[in-house]
Amino acid sequence: MGILGYGFVWFTLLLALCLQVMPLPDAWLVWRPDWLGVLLAYWCVATPQRVGVLHGFVLGLALDLIEGAPLGQNALVLSLLAYLFLLLYQRFRVYSIWQQAPLVFVLLGIAQLVEQWLRTIFGPVSVSLEFLIPAVIGALLWPWLFTMMQALRRRLGIG
Amino acid sequence: MRPIKPLFYYGPIPTYRMLLCAVLAFGLMFAEHRFDAVETARSHMTSLVAPIQWLVSLPSEGMRWGAMAVADKQALIDDNGRLREQLLTLSNRVQRMASLTAENVHLRELLHAPNPDDVPYITAELLSLDSDPFTQQMVINRGRRDGAYIGQPVMDASGLTGQIVSVSAYTSRVLMVADANHAVPVENNRNGLRFIAQGTGQLDELDVPNVPATADIREGDLLVTSGLGGRFPQGYPVARVDSVKHDSSQTFMEVTASPISQLERSRYFLLLFPPKRPAGNLSGPERMARQVVWPGDPGNPEIDKINEDALTAALTLIQPAVEQ
Repeated sequence: MGILGYGFVWFTLLLALCLQVMPLPDAWLVWRPDWLGVLLAYWCVATPQRVGVLHGFVLGLALDLIEGAPLGQNALVLSLLAYLFLLLYQRFRVYSIWQQAPLVFVLLGIAQLVEQWLRTIFGPVSVSLEFLIPAVIGALLWPWLFTMMQALRRRLGIG
Repeated sequence: MRPIKPLFYYGPIPTYRMLLCAVLAFGLMFAEHRFDAVETARSHMTSLVAPIQWLVSLPSEGMRWGAMAVADKQALIDDNGRLREQLLTLSNRVQRMASLTAENVHLRELLHAPNPDDVPYITAELLSLDSDPFTQQMVINRGRRDGAYIGQPVMDASGLTGQIVSVSAYTSRVLMVADANHAVPVENNRNGLRFIAQGTGQLDELDVPNVPATADIREGDLLVTSGLGGRFPQGYPVARVDSVKHDSSQTFMEVTASPISQLERSRYFLLLFPPKRPAGNLSGPERMARQVVWPGDPGNPEIDKINEDALTAALTLIQPAVEQ
C-alpha cells in the first residue's frame, strides 16, 4: 500500500468523522449511524495489517475535541472497537455479507455500551436504550458500505 | 516481483497496543479531571480541529443562504414590515424604561442601597450544535481572543441560555441550562423564594428539586437568576414554572419548569461580563473589615452588597488593631 492507499484510507476516515459531527436537527441525532465506527471497522477488516487500534485512538481524540467530551472517552471507545474487529477479522473473511451485519451490530453495540458507561462515570445522563440505534443503523448500512468500499479498494489497488 | 500476500495475516496480536491506548485514554481522562494544565492544552488542540468544525457547518450555512436567495419578494417585504413594527414597540418600551430606571435609582438612593451596574456584553453567533444526542451543548464564534472565559454567562434575546465550559482561541463551548450537568440558583420573581433549577437532558424541561411542601410556588411563576453562587448576575429570566405536584405523603413537591430561553431556535447570543468579585485570598484586615460590614462567607464576600464608605471606615478601625 503506497502513499495513495494511505491517502485514501485517511480521506475516507476523515469524511466519516465529518459525517459523524455534521450538525443535524435535534430529533434526528439519535438516528445518525455510527459512521466513524463503521468505516474504522471496514478498514480493520480489509487491511488489518495497516489500520488498527492507534488509528482508532487518534480519530477518537479528534472526536473528543470536536464534541467537547472528556478527553480520551471516544479515543478509548474507538480503539476498543478497532481491537474487537482486529480480533475477529479472520471470521469476517469467511462469513457472507449477511452474516457479517449482525456481528457488526454486536460489536458496535458493545462499543456504544462502553461509551454509555464512561458517560455515567463523568456525570448524570439520561439513560435510555436509544444509544443502540446508531449501532442498528450502522449494521443495516454495512452490506452496502462493504460492497462499495471493496469495489473502490479493488479499483484503486489498495490492500 | 511482488511477494505473495498471505491469506491470513499473522502479525503481532494488537493486545499490547490496545492496553497502551486504554492506559493513555484513562490517563487523559484522569488528568483532565485533576489538572488545569490539560485544560489549556485542550484549548490549543481544539484549534487544530477547528477546520473540521468549519467544514461541517458549511452545508447548513449554505442552506440558510440559499433559502434567503430564493425567498420571494413578498415574504421579504412582510418580514421587513414585521421587524419595523417590532422596532417601534421596543423603542417605545425603551423610552418608558429610561424613566423607570431613573426612578429606580432615586428610590435606591433613598434606601441607601448600592445601584446595580449595567452588565457589559458582547454578541456571539451559533457555530454548531452538539452532535451528541445525550448532552446539550453548542459552539459559538467567540473565544479567548474576544475575552470569553470559562464560567461566563450566555444569554439569548429572551433569557439565560447557559454558561461557557471551554474556550479555544476563536470559539467556545456553551453548556445549556437544560443539560443534565447544569444547575443554576434562581429565585421566584413573585416573592423572592430561592430555588435551584437543574437541567434534565431534555431541551424543554428543567427540574426544581427540594421544594418544601409549604413553599409558595405556582404554575406560571417566573424564575430569575438569584445571583447567589456568584456566577450569574442577578435578575435574568431563566424558566417559567410548568407544573407543581404535591403528594401529601411526601415532604417535597415535584416542580418542573420550562426554560425561557429559546434553546432550540436562537442563533444570536450575548456573552455577559458581570463585575469581578475579589478572589478568595483576601488579606487578613480586609477580610475582617468585610465581615464586619457584611457578615457572610469570608472567603467569598458579596462585593456588590458592600457599602464602600463603610468598608474603608471598618478598615481604618481594624488595621491598627491587627498590626499591634
